[in-house]
Amino acid sequence: MPTNTATVSPNEDVIPVAERHGMDPVLKRRIEAVVKHAILLIVGFAMIFPLLWMVSSSLKDDADIFRNISLIPTDWDWANYKEGWNAQSYPFGKYLLNSLIITIGAIIGNMISCSMAAYGFTRLKWRGQGIAFGYMLMTLMMPIYVMIIPQYIMWSKLGFLNTFVPLILPKFLATEPFFVFLMVQFFRGIPRSLDEAAKVDGAGPFRIYWQILMPNALPSLATCGIFSFIWTWNDFFSQLLYLTKPQNLTVAVALRNFADATSGTSWGPLFAMSTLSLVPVFIVFLFGQRYLIEGSVTSGLK
Amino acid sequence: MSVFKRAPIAVRREERAAHIFMLPWFLGVIFITLGPMIVSIGLSMTKYRLIGKPRFIGLDNYVKMFSDARLMQSLKVTFLYVIVGVPLALALALLLAVVLNKGVRGLSFYRSVYYLPSLFAGSVAIGVLWRQVFGAEGIVNTIAGWFGIDSMGHSWVGDPKTAIWTLILLHVWTFGSSMIIFLAGLRQVPQELYEASALDGANKWQQFCHVTVPVLTPIIFFNLVMGIINSFQNFAQAFVVSGGTGGPTDSTLVYALYVYQQAFGSTRNMGYAAALGWLLVLIVGVLTGLNFLFSKKWVHYAD
Repeated sequence: MPTNTATVSPNEDVIPVAERHGMDPVLKRRIEAVVKHAILLIVGFAMIFPLLWMVSSSLKDDADIFRNISLIPTDWDWANYKEGWNAQSYPFGKYLLNSLIITIGAIIGNMISCSMAAYGFTRLKWRGQGIAFGYMLMTLMMPIYVMIIPQYIMWSKLGFLNTFVPLILPKFLATEPFFVFLMVQFFRGIPRSLDEAAKVDGAGPFRIYWQILMPNALPSLATCGIFSFIWTWNDFFSQLLYLTKPQNLTVAVALRNFADATSGTSWGPLFAMSTLSLVPVFIVFLFGQRYLIEGSVTSGLK
Repeated sequence: MSVFKRAPIAVRREERAAHIFMLPWFLGVIFITLGPMIVSIGLSMTKYRLIGKPRFIGLDNYVKMFSDARLMQSLKVTFLYVIVGVPLALALALLLAVVLNKGVRGLSFYRSVYYLPSLFAGSVAIGVLWRQVFGAEGIVNTIAGWFGIDSMGHSWVGDPKTAIWTLILLHVWTFGSSMIIFLAGLRQVPQELYEASALDGANKWQQFCHVTVPVLTPIIFFNLVMGIINSFQNFAQAFVVSGGTGGPTDSTLVYALYVYQQAFGSTRNMGYAAALGWLLVLIVGVLTGLNFLFSKKWVHYAD
């Protein structure tokens, strides 16, 4: 690289001068930038390395996983995927499907119920509104462990253990205060003049909600949907509680069972299914990063 | 026009509309949040194993806590996890946000790379990965070998002294989510402040301490409060890494895992677990209160 040597070699002569006159600002900035990028890249690589290693291990045979730390498998071996897919009482696709059903249910439920509550909190006046809003903010900080036991008893007495009902139904009841709060913040930013204009035209609260607020709140609905996806897909605790029968296990629970059953004997297939379980989250991240960042920021700044 | 002159019919109509819009939320309050919270107060004063009727035992569950050695162990583990993990992750988040803020080329690339782990970290897959990475034949030992440290065969997750530290590291790994919030906050720092301090002869470090950090303190504070609240509830990783036991020798028995074992383990101590839930509320509440109290000393709110 001739350009590199051209810029680097004169430095040795420049440095003593720079010491006398203060370093050449252009050079100083350039060195700073190089150091900065080197650190940023090393930190970034260290963070991503375990993930890359998992993906590459999913393509290696078991002996190769430990012998060969390189990220490139000696020979690309898809056998782990085949083996992991069929390792449990149902093919892994069954668990992916179960996770998908619960996740889609949660997304729809959160979008509808939380936007309705946000509309009620921001655009309508009713008795007890202040207390209700304060309560909603408080539940943002309430540990789930103080509610989960009566919830579990309730679902078990109603006969809903081993169904998706305890995992989906609550999402239709605006029980994720984070999303209610997110949408309240967003609704507050939508000019009231839009509502007023619609009101003059004779629109009632339902039409204003559906035809004015919702179309204008699409970015916050997207944020809500994307976070719902990732949280529900990754959720382990409640799925572990409510789902125990092989036919309704989710990816998270099935993966955990798989890990415990093999306990260190067949890493390849385990990594293959682990990788597979992260793919949907990764896709959502690729396409929805903007909304994820917006969501974190709105909730984290105020 | 005063509000009193508004036609009552319109007020009533709005109230009725509000009831319909808030109906899901109200049902949620009754059946999913507030209702269960109230029930769990009652439940915490009973002995109940899901079969049969709850038996009232007064405050026995709360008294029992004082002599529960595993609870003490779990508190110790959880406090270590929170007190080390949360500030460390925040410090790293702040540091990298400041570095990235100064118009670094490739900002969006770095931001994505740092942010991605925080989206994955809650999943079982990452727990599985951690078990291998810090296992007896894991890559951590392989890499240590390159530097002449022979730790092959030593399992970091299997050693009671180090197991919790692998979980703390996993928490620090998620710093990207806070970093993103700091990055957004940094964009709101008025540029004049830097210019003024540069005129006063402040160097970069002084600017960081006297301009950047003070302006960001409300955001740091909010992230600290929420970070503590959330970390006290972490469950999945400790469960997966320890195979549900909280081992070795209870060294990864985080609070949530202990609650789970009490309520849904073989003993099914629903009453005691409910009491543990309220102890968690108390701990988190006190810590949040202390945070707010001390915040007056270091958090600067712009008027």
